[in-house]
Amino acid sequence: MSRSALEAPSSDPTIAASASAPAPTPTSRSLLGRPKASPLSTTILILGAVYCLFPVLWVVMAASKDGGELFSTFTLAPSGNFFNNIVELSQYRGGLYWRWMLNTALYAGVGALASTWVSAIAGYVLAKFTFPGKSTVFTVLLMGVLVPGVILAIPQYFLMAQIGLTNTYWSVLLPQIISPYGIYLSRIYAAGSVPTEVIEAARTEGAREFSIFNRVALPMMGPGLVTIFLFQFVAIWNNFMLPYIMLGDDKLFPITVGLSGLLNQGASVPSMYTLVIMGALLSIIPLIAMFLLLQRFWKVDLAAGAVKA
Amino acid sequence: MHRIFRSSAIAAVAAAALLTTGCSAGSGGDSGPVELSYWAWAPNLEQVVEIWNEQNPDIQVTVNKQDGGDPAITKLLTAIKAGSGAPDMIQAEYQKIATLVGSDALADLSDQGAGDLEDVFSEGDWDQVTLGGDAIYAIPQDTAPMMFFYRADILDSLGLTAPTTWEEYAELARAVHTANPDQLLGTFSANDAGWFTGLAQQADAEWWGIDGEAWTVGVDEEPTQKVAEYWGGLVEEGVIGNQPMYTPEWNAGLNDGSQVGWLSAVWAPGVLSGNAPDTAGLWEAAPMPQWDADEPATGNWGGSTTAVTTQSEHPEEAMEFITWLNTDPEAVTALADVSGVYPAAQEAAAEALTTAPEFFSNQTDFYDVVAEVAETANPFTYGPNVNVAYSAYNDEFAKAADAKTQAAFIEAVTQMQKITIDDLKSAGFTVKE
Repeated sequence: MSRSALEAPSSDPTIAASASAPAPTPTSRSLLGRPKASPLSTTILILGAVYCLFPVLWVVMAASKDGGELFSTFTLAPSGNFFNNIVELSQYRGGLYWRWMLNTALYAGVGALASTWVSAIAGYVLAKFTFPGKSTVFTVLLMGVLVPGVILAIPQYFLMAQIGLTNTYWSVLLPQIISPYGIYLSRIYAAGSVPTEVIEAARTEGAREFSIFNRVALPMMGPGLVTIFLFQFVAIWNNFMLPYIMLGDDKLFPITVGLSGLLNQGASVPSMYTLVIMGALLSIIPLIAMFLLLQRFWKVDLAAGAVKA
Repeated sequence: MHRIFRSSAIAAVAAAALLTTGCSAGSGGDSGPVELSYWAWAPNLEQVVEIWNEQNPDIQVTVNKQDGGDPAITKLLTAIKAGSGAPDMIQAEYQKIATLVGSDALADLSDQGAGDLEDVFSEGDWDQVTLGGDAIYAIPQDTAPMMFFYRADILDSLGLTAPTTWEEYAELARAVHTANPDQLLGTFSANDAGWFTGLAQQADAEWWGIDGEAWTVGVDEEPTQKVAEYWGGLVEEGVIGNQPMYTPEWNAGLNDGSQVGWLSAVWAPGVLSGNAPDTAGLWEAAPMPQWDADEPATGNWGGSTTAVTTQSEHPEEAMEFITWLNTDPEAVTALADVSGVYPAAQEAAAEALTTAPEFFSNQTDFYDVVAEVAETANPFTYGPNVNVAYSAYNDEFAKAADAKTQAAFIEAVTQMQKITIDDLKSAGFTVKE
């Protein structure tokens, strides 16, 4: 579907760009205004789409094979074991995979919601209030954007261990609620989409600061917050290092850590390739669904950014 | 607006309550059964533990399945450093014990009467859990003597037989490759340090040793040099592959017969049946090719123990459980049948394992061969920095396998020695050279 979208840019290039890969979209965007697409850029885009979609195709094909076929038949030739593999995966240790899926949904859903709200209020405050030390706070935040989350996992483990929260849902949820990048984005959205006049008007009417944020600023920042939510959702959904270090109980694992366990069973036990491939395939479906559902807001948001930035 | 805030606050509290109840499975309090957690990766181990849980309502064990080998150990060491979060028991490979003891992660089981179990296990296995001292840091769970697995159908069609010495192995490798240039008798895997360690162990290598209060490192000595020289020669000749095992290509080779043999360990049937199910009945197992046919020997590749961590609040109950798991005939039978390992408890294992694995149904005496081989394992001591030596192996032998020269293989051994010693010294150990 994305490929045809790219071939005919007039249909809607942003769908393809947002659904298939997090690649930047300026090229396809610039085509919007011109009905005639140049063959060169179309070719480049098709190549890009093939490059992005080929691994997905590989996973779909490989998911239909059994253990022997996986290594002996032609890579892109499908086989008839697709549903067998789903059944086998569902039966693995009493349906543990689906528990992992639910865990992942909990981590990503609750985590992204909480993170979005925290980012929104922090960004709003940074954009609309003046207080001593504001620029220091913002500089520290900017530096935080540059620090990859992976290297914080071990220090976070030690902190969690001190308060006895390792190996619990909290240990994975709490560290992911603060997202410097989310706060940074939210500050930009708040500065761009919430006019100071509106806030002042609300103050004049006697509204308290907290309700101004909740009832006036929050709805105005909505489209931007959807972006932050999606970013965080995908980041938590795909996160490996943090849950991997924090969790020992396999009933709390998200999909990423669970699947890694199926692959690394030690030298003496065969890797469960077929289950892992099927598990990986099923795990991206909710992400795709999330993008399709929130696409409308995502588009609005990109447009808003383009005009106001 | 207040209402909105209040309802979201209630939702948050409710979510918190849900989360807390969801994860309150810690160690039991004063009342109720003692709850023990057990990090392990052996397949289906929870089914073996289920037998225990039914018979012992007072001591309930939960298996938390981990990534195999290194990752579980790394996690345990992190938890030990953090002061909390470690399980009561952990499945630890033999080569990890010295490392874990060095970090004070393992409880000494000799206080719990573990010494009574000495006769159940082979001397070699027992030495590895005591590190040659009085303390007992783990109970052997399974052992993995190395053997030679080969495609009997292919060798038969060429009129060739399984080798008994390394010289014959080299000749066989040449014969197989000459008959069909697409086929190789085996591959030198620069990814599997444990595999090479087993080969060195067979050649009587002593990579680590204790001399008084100091460690000695003997990687770059005659036995290991001999092994590296031998494999370097075969790789340089091109009659043995230089690609690692466990890659998709290697798996494909097992399926299509281009990998004719595999120097592996007793657990090989499980891997073969998982990765090349269609070749069932075509393989046979033989003892390792020998350096000296009059003194048969082998090494180990894999094998693991059950240990109690220093963070466990119930070491006595844990000891009770791991004694049952690794010595009780019913448990040992379950370990062999359900979990598919070769139990370290010798007598119980011999009784439990009578029929060949399904994949080797063509070879009815499979476990007789195993039992015969298992007795010939050479003793081997692992030091406190096995991980460093292993990653040095991976790095240096990857270069050597790439270069495909005998000289590069010998140089790799020298480098391994140097890196291992340097690391021991920088970690503060006394090293005698």
